[in-house]
Amino acid sequence: MRLLVSDLTHRYDDLTVLDGIDLTLAEGEILAVIGPSGCGKSTLLGIAGGIVAPSSGSIRVEGEVPDGCLNPITFIFQDFALLPWRSVEDNVGLVLEHHPLSAAERRERIDSGLRRMGLWEFRQALPKQLSGGMRQRVGIARALAVRPAMLLLDEPLSALDAQTRELLMDDFLELWRREKTTALYVTHNLDEALRLADRVCVLSRRPGRIRELVTIEEPRERRQEPSAQAHLAEVRDRLWHLMKAEAQMADREIARA
Amino acid sequence: MPDSLNPTAVSTASSLGQPVRFRGGGFTVKRHPWAALAAFAVLIALWEGASRLGLASPLFLPPPSAVGHALVGMVTDGSLWLNLKASLGRIAVGWVLGTAGGMLVGFAMGIFSTARAVGVPLVSAFFPIPKIALLPLFILWFGIGEPSKFATIGFGVFFPTVIATYSAIDQVPRNLIRMAQSFGLPWRSILRSIVLPGALPGILAGFRITASIALILVVAAEMIGAEYGIGAFVLMAGNLMQTDTLLAGVLVLSLLGLAIGTVLSQLERRLLNWR
Repeated sequence: MRLLVSDLTHRYDDLTVLDGIDLTLAEGEILAVIGPSGCGKSTLLGIAGGIVAPSSGSIRVEGEVPDGCLNPITFIFQDFALLPWRSVEDNVGLVLEHHPLSAAERRERIDSGLRRMGLWEFRQALPKQLSGGMRQRVGIARALAVRPAMLLLDEPLSALDAQTRELLMDDFLELWRREKTTALYVTHNLDEALRLADRVCVLSRRPGRIRELVTIEEPRERRQEPSAQAHLAEVRDRLWHLMKAEAQMADREIARA
Repeated sequence: MPDSLNPTAVSTASSLGQPVRFRGGGFTVKRHPWAALAAFAVLIALWEGASRLGLASPLFLPPPSAVGHALVGMVTDGSLWLNLKASLGRIAVGWVLGTAGGMLVGFAMGIFSTARAVGVPLVSAFFPIPKIALLPLFILWFGIGEPSKFATIGFGVFFPTVIATYSAIDQVPRNLIRMAQSFGLPWRSILRSIVLPGALPGILAGFRITASIALILVVAAEMIGAEYGIGAFVLMAGNLMQTDTLLAGVLVLSLLGLAIGTVLSQLERRLLNWR
């Protein structure tokens, strides 16, 4: 599934947060979106997922929806968005309840998501009994249960510690290796973007405009190898150079306001 | 500078074998399960002692032993159950009516902006009225019998329930609702699976308040026009200067309040075990 964003602008009352965004997300591509705080990254994701109505411009999807897909565009949230009163398996099952599935298929989807995320033993646990990393795994299992065509990830690792981030990045890589799901990945973290994305979209400070789209040439599966480090360091420097200037200007503007 | 204030003192102190002074105590709540019982026992003993020593007139403040004796009398002659049954029935009907109506309106105000725009000024205008002041009006409307008492209690319970319910809905994390919308959950499912359970802690907290209001109102309503009920019983005892019986009735009310609180605590523990 492809995502086509055309001349997208969004305002909250008088405050323009996104301005003239043109973007195409190819089938199976992972596009990371980075930029200073308040530049409209999450708003862009909300618009792409249909939970924020854009002020102007258009956002369309094209392409085939895979078999068994119940929610083509699916979010994975920064704060996990789990229902604290439901067990792990009921949180995953929530998103299937309104679909006309047989009991067996519903069970299979829940179980398969839980097993893939290593949560089978914790299926009866409440979210409060889980670590942050495991809660995010529940969020991923929930997303997998609807067999999405496109994932929208809103800083999915930012609430987690460094070790858990590493482990979950491995999980994401494994997921993409198997599913080839198109993904729009919003992050503050350059290392996440460099590890996971095919391209990185750098947004300017508010109102968010595309400063640059940077392609990471190194194949994802080789990015941990020593031979890839020179290229990645070069890309990182370039991204940081772009980010730093924007973040500094954003800070000055906030201080002046 | 004393060693305890000197930042370089740590190494010196450790080389001398001086223990590090603990400074982290206090500002934490500890459980003292026997403290409340002990306080009650001391209070009752002081009260009993004051009566026996003639420091308090038994006519105006009878000793706890006399109150206990009167309570036993109420149990044996059947008046406790007769009056308690009447009060409990009134509380139950009035509370259920007020709570059901309040939750319905509170939900509407929590979910629909128009209902809130209409409801908030109305609730703000009616909520502060002392509900017992409306009892004469309810007696004119519904007669001196049970319906006027149900109406007083129901009306008193209704407004706090409305406020508790719509405030509880406001407290439901919006990220959960957005999550559900992003997965395409229908409106009804969002209400049933997210809004209702998410609002439950606030609604149950409201129950605690409205149960107390119902208890206050039932006593007041029974004092105005009832043959049976704890309120009527207490009033009658007062008129007859039977202060021991009067205080036994007050004790029953206190125990009733405790019992209702315990039931609600159990309900919270059962329904909100996820917290």
